Amino acid sequence: MSATLEALSQNLQEHLGDRLKSIKVALGEVTIEVGVTDYLSVMQSLRDEPGLGFEELIDLCGVDYSSYGHETREGPRFAAVTHLLSIARNWRLRVRCFAADDSFPSVPSVTAIWNSADWFEREAFDLYGIAFPGHEDLRRILTDYGFIGHPFRKDFPISGYVEMRYDPEQQRVIYQPVTIEPREVTPRIVREENYGDVDNA
Amino acid sequence: MPELRNFTLNFGPQHPAAHGVLRMVLELDGEVVVRADPHIGLLHRATEKLAETRTWIQSVPYMDRLDYMSMMCNEHAYCMAIERLLQIDVPIRAQYIRVMFDEITRILNHLLWVGCHGLDVGAMTMVLYAFREREDLVDAYEAVSGARMHAAYYRPGGVYRDLPDRMSQYQESKWKSAAQIRPFNEARSGSLLDFLDDFVSRFPKLLDEYETLLTDNRIWKQRLVDVGIVTPERALQRGFSGPMLRGSGIAWDLRKKQPYEVYDRVDFDIPVGVTGDSYDRYLVRMEEMRQSNRIVKQCIDWLRQNPGPVMSDNHKVAPPDREAMKSNMEELIHHFKLCTEGIHVPAGEVYSAVEHPKGEFGVYLVSDGANKPYRLKIRAPGYVHLSAMNEMANGHMLADVVTIIGSQDVVFGEIDR
Repeated sequence: MSATLEALSQNLQEHLGDRLKSIKVALGEVTIEVGVTDYLSVMQSLRDEPGLGFEELIDLCGVDYSSYGHETREGPRFAAVTHLLSIARNWRLRVRCFAADDSFPSVPSVTAIWNSADWFEREAFDLYGIAFPGHEDLRRILTDYGFIGHPFRKDFPISGYVEMRYDPEQQRVIYQPVTIEPREVTPRIVREENYGDVDNA
Repeated sequence: MPELRNFTLNFGPQHPAAHGVLRMVLELDGEVVVRADPHIGLLHRATEKLAETRTWIQSVPYMDRLDYMSMMCNEHAYCMAIERLLQIDVPIRAQYIRVMFDEITRILNHLLWVGCHGLDVGAMTMVLYAFREREDLVDAYEAVSGARMHAAYYRPGGVYRDLPDRMSQYQESKWKSAAQIRPFNEARSGSLLDFLDDFVSRFPKLLDEYETLLTDNRIWKQRLVDVGIVTPERALQRGFSGPMLRGSGIAWDLRKKQPYEVYDRVDFDIPVGVTGDSYDRYLVRMEEMRQSNRIVKQCIDWLRQNPGPVMSDNHKVAPPDREAMKSNMEELIHHFKLCTEGIHVPAGEVYSAVEHPKGEFGVYLVSDGANKPYRLKIRAPGYVHLSAMNEMANGHMLADVVTIIGSQDVVFGEIDR
């Protein structure tokens, strides 16, 4: 672990204390996990504590962990993952916050702390259906007007449910159920550890 | 007294100055913008979802189609993320090639930007000059990858192949005689590096030409100066990066601050603006082209002297060469596994960012150990910049909206993804 990462994880532990659920350093990056209830206060400290100084929110996205890996997964399904950057300190941080309820996932909005979260939260709402209470204008952003469903959820098929075509009789564009089936050329495979390792044979 | 109401105007999605498919609902008080509400997503192709159903390598060409004005930089972020998850090293020559093409891409992007931005605010000639130079650079793209735009040249582990020894040449036709095409082919008689060397020696002069057309031009200044001012504090709040952040006076450049590949070995400067208006962003981008030109020159000199491999020799990631494949059983198996199943990336997550011509282009990858990504998130700089549209356009005239869109340098491929 480099000196910067060590200093960062030390400062995080110092300033956040038990609000941290876990802290992990891997591949030269620090990831922390926080609970929904502590989320806003942690984010506020991350921006305002001089020892942390994350003045810029680089990215915020939703992740659906429902089909992660081999086995069926325990625990909450949706998470909001935030990437922060400190320009003064030149370090980055990833914050993950799992939404408590799978049927109505919700994570507090950080738009008041970083204005740049605005569209990112709208996107996560649109694509994953994660609600962000506190967001002033939580509309869909990327999908079509009147779209139904949250397309990036793992149970949403890649081909979608409806397709659009011009109907010459009605002389307008109409929606109809999809006529194509999803096709998988290369199946998804998760190999066991050390698969194909010569020394292991 | 009749009741006065604000006028609502639909700007785009078919407006020539909307840079693609931006639909903006503008609320106007007279000619002054009160509220700008960009509606995006008309070009949404769900690249991130598609990538979840494709193997790691198959998604590389999708990256070209994100920001279709700076193709190789997008690939770079994606390949770098995979390499970091796999923890493999890229041969040094491939790193130099990547840096060289990143900077060529930056020049390509900024040339298109200055051309279109000029066109938007009434400087018609710029686009003609800009495309003249772009032609040479897309030829360089074509020489290495076979495609003028969507190159798919970077691969996890290096680049697809080494730089070619010869450039394609103009052919005699019934419209152009041999004598007429000879001057066109002069720079193309040698290798790609000779061709680029000729370009970088010509380019600073050409940039001076552009600057004579624009920098002190009265009309240009009237349209750009003090339009869309962003203070450094607001720029950070709004998550700006790249020229938009530097235009506001913050000297932040990933190539310097968090160097990747061989950016710590090349010499260049970061231009910084003062007032944070559109004119400063213009000046920053013009200077960036000069700096990119310097970097390309340094890469050419290094590449001339240092031959070597351009692809990792880890055959779990990069395919073996054809000759070895046909004489060696193990290489054949590697090739077969790579082409049918693809590479397996260890479980984990990584965020890798490059200094894209438009700002910080980041790729957040989550892998569960499969031959396909579990989750890919593309952090597009234009998306963030456009989200500040309301703030930047507020209080400006309708015509300034065009200037602001231009100076944000938005491309819808990356915003809608």
